[in-house]
Amino acid sequence: MTPLFAALDTQALTQYLINGLSYGMLIALVALGYTMVYGIVELINFAHGDLFMLGAFLGWTIITAVFKVSPDDAVLGPVALLVCFVIVPAFCGLLNFSVDRVIYRPLRKAPRLAPLVSAIGVSFIFQNLGLFWGGPQDVDFPKLVSNKNLLGLDATVRFTYQDLLVVGVTIPLMIALTVFVKLTPLGKAMRATAQNPTAAQLMGINTERVIATTFILGGTLAGFGAMIYGLTINSIHYQMGFLVGLYAFTAAVLGGIGNIPGAVLGGLLIGLVRSLGSAYVGERWTGALIFAMLIVVLVFRPAGLLGARVREKV
Amino acid sequence: MKSNFPSWSVVLFAALVLYPLFPAFDQHFFNVTSRSLGVELPGLFLFAILALALNVVVGYTGLLHLGIAAFFGIGAYTVGILTAPINPFGISFWAALLVATVVATLAGLLLGAPALRLRGDYLALVTLGFGEVVRFTIKNLPAITEGPKGVSPLPAPVLPGVTVDWNTDYRPFYYLALAALALTFYFLYRLERSKLGRAWVAIREDELAASCMGLNTSRLKLAAFAVTAGIAGFAGGIYATKMTSTVGPEAYDFNKSIFVLCCLILGGLGSRSGVLLGVFLLYGFDYILSPIIDGFIQASGLGQGKIWQQFSGWRLIVFGLVLIVVMRVRPQGLLPNDRVEEELRHAPPATGV
Repeated sequence: MTPLFAALDTQALTQYLINGLSYGMLIALVALGYTMVYGIVELINFAHGDLFMLGAFLGWTIITAVFKVSPDDAVLGPVALLVCFVIVPAFCGLLNFSVDRVIYRPLRKAPRLAPLVSAIGVSFIFQNLGLFWGGPQDVDFPKLVSNKNLLGLDATVRFTYQDLLVVGVTIPLMIALTVFVKLTPLGKAMRATAQNPTAAQLMGINTERVIATTFILGGTLAGFGAMIYGLTINSIHYQMGFLVGLYAFTAAVLGGIGNIPGAVLGGLLIGLVRSLGSAYVGERWTGALIFAMLIVVLVFRPAGLLGARVREKV
Repeated sequence: MKSNFPSWSVVLFAALVLYPLFPAFDQHFFNVTSRSLGVELPGLFLFAILALALNVVVGYTGLLHLGIAAFFGIGAYTVGILTAPINPFGISFWAALLVATVVATLAGLLLGAPALRLRGDYLALVTLGFGEVVRFTIKNLPAITEGPKGVSPLPAPVLPGVTVDWNTDYRPFYYLALAALALTFYFLYRLERSKLGRAWVAIREDELAASCMGLNTSRLKLAAFAVTAGIAGFAGGIYATKMTSTVGPEAYDFNKSIFVLCCLILGGLGSRSGVLLGVFLLYGFDYILSPIIDGFIQASGLGQGKIWQQFSGWRLIVFGLVLIVVMRVRPQGLLPNDRVEEELRHAPPATGV
């Protein structure tokens, strides 16, 4: 092997790592919503991916129909983006909160299957709304953030403005979330509720308020994820919530469901498998690879990579 | 436990056997709706088999399974690959159907073995992941599966004494599917009352208590997975031949698994009559009623081709609402199994770990 070839190879590898981590952060954002909700109410929120999809459609409508941004508008573009980054997360947070209030909350004392099946129902309704909103075809999401290389035009490794956007949005959000959960009273109440809801209630914690906060936070993160997805992938579809949601849920389970750093770790792992898998195995096999990885991890570590092994109580 | 074979099912099957003898009704139905019930019903029968199969894991044993469509697909592709004239095997439909059942059963064991260590939601996720792996695999092996377009054409079954054309006359497939449904129904009726069936219910009621009574819960759960998978593969084999094609990987996706699960939940988990009712209502709505209403809307000139103006454009909303309302108002389903109903009434709170 010539040295040149070897050098090219590491560059390609660096590129795959960048792409993988970038996508992984996006998945991690969505995974956080799953893992937090599961940690508190033990519900696989099947509608989470579709909430994410609706957020992307709202962003698309704001940019194309409300602001009518043309692709290279230097003033209107950033303004629309800023508005989107406020409204879309707020919308997703509120919607998630309302769904919990109207649909899951009356089922808190019902058997486990009831909220789960209801969540599948909500997911269907969201998908249908997405179908009415954007139609059955792929919808172009305006390319407001360029994919020009930040490292210079002729650099062999690409780190684009889009990658910068992903890093610049997700990392502060994750830090803020960690600070919130670790340091604020409400975050403490959240951890207490996750550990033992009855005991938390006995200690005077308003668990319903904690649950509502969790749904709002999870939804908000999905809203940020939706904007990032739209701006980096530039194509949205009413069924996209299924696969992204599935990857995100897989990420949450990989890391150990209910575990916040675990969800981030799981997301990054999935991003890496996806990018390295499409480079070295073939893109069409990445889906199968990711789920195969999930099955293998669950078989050997049923509680996920960072999850504590909880003994079943009798 | 002494129980007679349910008389309603005998009446129902007798009515279905007699239906093709009255072509005037089918013709009249066709004249009004431009669809033939005789052509549509075999699809419903196959779906009912699939739902009865899923009922073994979800209804009897109480494990959430989100990947039933994968086994349906495995059965369909096994028959498709073995019988298609483009392949050199040229095995008869009947032998291929047997192979399909065996292959699907083995796949069920393959999924069940690792899944046994997991509980509850993790298990659900692994079944879902397995379903996706199967779908991706079908899509990505075009040399064997013809990729997205599916293996086709498939020859019709050869049955001595049956000389009619299986592709133009609906009756052969009608009776084939009905016979398969009756066979499955009877098989599960017997199984439900056998030692195995009662052991499954014991696991659903309380796994710990069941294992304390000396039941090998791992082996029993594995058996449940295998039976569900085998029956689903059996239904898939007939489905492929009926469609004269394995249709393509998208016919066996997560949505199909969820659709079958919806039928179970609407009708009543663990209840064979409920499952049949659930399939009748949901399949009837989705595949028979809503195309008919769409036809009427189109004929009346009201629909302008927009999705929300078509009745079928609302199908996911209808399904979603059905699931949500059933869970709120009648979580035991429309025709519940008595024991499940009792269990739901005295259910412990969900979150008290």
